[in-house]
Amino acid sequence: MTAPVLRVQDLVVNFTSFTGGILQRKERVLRAVNGISFDLNAGETLGIVGETGSGKSTLARAILGLIKANRGRVMWEGEDLTLLGEEELRQKRKEIQIVFQDPVASLNPRMTAGDIISEPLWTFYPHMAPLQVEERTRGMMKVVGLLPNQINRYPHEFSGGQCQRIGIARSLVLNPRLVICDEPVSALDVSIQAQIINLLKDLQQKLGLALIFIAHDLSLVKHISNRIMVMYMGSAMELSQREALYRRPLHPYTHALIKSVPIPDPKLAARARQDSWLAGDMPSPYDPPKGCIFNTRCPYKVSRCQTDVPALRRMEQGDWVACHQAEDLDLSIHLDSASGIN
Amino acid sequence: MQHSASRLLGLIPTLLVLITIAFFLIRLAPGGPFDSEKILPPEIKANLDVKYHLDEPLLMQYFRYLGQIITLDFGPSFQYKDWTVNELIARGFPVSMTIGGLAVLLAFLLGTLIGIVAAMKQNTGTDYSLMGVAMLGISIPNFVVAPLLILLVAVYAGWLPAGGWDWSVQRMVLPVLTLALPTTAYIARLTRGSMIEVLHSNYIRTARAKGLPELLVILRHALKPALLPVISFMGPATAGLITGSVVIERIYSIPGLGSYFVQGALNRDYTLVMGVVIFYGVIIILLNFIVDLLYAWMNPRIRYNEVQ
Repeated sequence: MTAPVLRVQDLVVNFTSFTGGILQRKERVLRAVNGISFDLNAGETLGIVGETGSGKSTLARAILGLIKANRGRVMWEGEDLTLLGEEELRQKRKEIQIVFQDPVASLNPRMTAGDIISEPLWTFYPHMAPLQVEERTRGMMKVVGLLPNQINRYPHEFSGGQCQRIGIARSLVLNPRLVICDEPVSALDVSIQAQIINLLKDLQQKLGLALIFIAHDLSLVKHISNRIMVMYMGSAMELSQREALYRRPLHPYTHALIKSVPIPDPKLAARARQDSWLAGDMPSPYDPPKGCIFNTRCPYKVSRCQTDVPALRRMEQGDWVACHQAEDLDLSIHLDSASGIN
Repeated sequence: MQHSASRLLGLIPTLLVLITIAFFLIRLAPGGPFDSEKILPPEIKANLDVKYHLDEPLLMQYFRYLGQIITLDFGPSFQYKDWTVNELIARGFPVSMTIGGLAVLLAFLLGTLIGIVAAMKQNTGTDYSLMGVAMLGISIPNFVVAPLLILLVAVYAGWLPAGGWDWSVQRMVLPVLTLALPTTAYIARLTRGSMIEVLHSNYIRTARAKGLPELLVILRHALKPALLPVISFMGPATAGLITGSVVIERIYSIPGLGSYFVQGALNRDYTLVMGVVIFYGVIIILLNFIVDLLYAWMNPRIRYNEVQ
C-alpha cells in the first residue's frame, strides 16, 4: 500500500449567519463540516454519501480551498493546503480539480466549449502555442466522448450530459492527480447517469486518477468506489470498504440508507417496507442533538447515545464507524430482503 | 445585418407617433408664438399667421409639417429671427454632445469601476463608504452641485473658470463633472448589484476552480453579464446627457441645445420645440437600437436565435 496522497484531518467548516435587527444582532453558527478525517491513496476512489445538507459539497469545496476551513488540515502530498496563500493555492489547481453538480449552470454561457476546456491551459501555460492548445482541447473532447468538431458550440447547444462531459474535459485538461466529483450526475437523466459514471470510471483507470465521488445515493457510488464514507449532518458516520459496507454496514444510518434505496421487485419491496424505519427529518443544523448526532432517528439508541458523542473508531476488520454499539449490532443486509442496489 | 436593417425600419412608426403627439400637444397649449405683452395690430398678426400657415386648419398644418420634415427641414424658428431650427440645432448640439459625451464616458468608466470594487469587497467598510457616497451623488440635485463646485473650485481656489464656453478643456471640466456625478453614482450601484449576483453564479465558481486569478475571473467571466443592466440603462441615459441639461447649461452659461428647448417651449416656438423633440426622439431610438446590438454581441444565445 502506498502512502496517501490526500490526508484530511479534523476538518471543520462553520457558516455564520446573523438574525435579528441591527441592534439585537444574534450570531448563528452552522457547523457544515464537523471534524472530518480521511486518507486517500493514489488512484483510489472514495465515495462520499449523505442526505442533502449533510455537508458533502462543503467538504469538497473546503478541500479545494474554494471555501475557507475554520479548523483542520488538508495535507496534499505533505503540504497543508489550508495554510497556502491565494496564489500558491491557485497553483495547486493543476493537481486537484473538481467537477460540479449542475453541469449547465457551471459553464459560462458566453464561452464556446473549446474556450471553456482550454481556458485552464491558457491560464497556467500562457506560452503554449495556440495550435497545441487546440490539439489538446480536441483530444480532451474525444477522450470524454464529445465530437471535436463541436469545439465552437456554446453550452446551450449541448444536452445536460454533454455539458457534464465538457465539465469533465475541463477538469482533466491540466492532468490533475485528484478530481473531486461533486454530485456530477444528480442533475442528469438516469440513462445518462450511467454513461457519465462509466466514463469517469474508465478515465480513472486510464489516467490513474485519485477520485472523490460525492453522491446522495448509495447505489450510484457502489460501482465506482473503493471505499465509501457516509456523512450525516457534517460528521462521518462510517468509512468502510465497499464490499463490507453493502454486505454488513456498521452504522445504523448506513443501514437505513441502504434499505431506503427503492427496490424494483414489488414482492421484495413489500417485505422490505416492513422494516424500513428511517423516521422523522434531519434535526435543525443550528441546534444539533446532544450526544450522537443521529440519536433522534436511531432505532437502536441507548441512554448513552444522548450524552456521549461517539468517536469515529477503527473496527477489527479495518473499517471505521462512529457508533457506541457497533460491536453489538448485526446490521447485515440479507440478500433476499436485500435492496435496490445491485 | 439584414436583420438590423429591418429593425431600423421598424422604428419609423415609433417616430411617427412621437411626432404626432408632440405636434398636437404643443398646439393644445394656450397662447401662440406671436402673443406678447405688446399687442400686435390685427393686420400684422394676420399676415404673420398667413406667412407661417397658422391660419390653416390644424390637420392641414400637420400634414404640411410632415411633408416638410421628410426632407429633414424643420423650418424657420418663430422666435429666433433669421435662424432656421436646423441651424439652431447644428449650433447647440455639438456643444451639448461634447459635454454630455464626456460625462457619459466618465460616468461609465468610473461608475463600473466603483461598482466592481464595491462588489468584490461586498459588505466591508470599502463597500459601505463607496455606496454611501454614491447614494449622496444620486440624491443631491445638480442645481446644488453646480454652484457648490463653482464656489469651491472656481471662486475660492481659482483653479478653473466659473462658466462660459470657448471649447477649451478648462471650461469643460466643471460642467462635465456636474453632469456625470449622478449618472456615475447610479451606474456604480447598478454595477455593484448585478456584479454581486453574477459572482454568485455557478460558472464563476467554475472559473475559480479552474485556477484563474481573481482579476481574470472578473474581467473574462463576470464583467460582460454584469454590465448587461448597465448597458440597457446607458441607452436612455446617454440620450438624456448628450441632448443637453437646461440647468447645467444655464448655470455654466453654455450655449447648448437644452436652453433652446426650454426657451422654445416657453415662447410657443412651435417649429423649434418640434425640431428638438424629433431630434431627441431620433437619438433615443438610435441609442436604444445600439443597446440592442450590444446585447446581441454580448449574449451568444440572442445571436444564435437571430441566425435561425
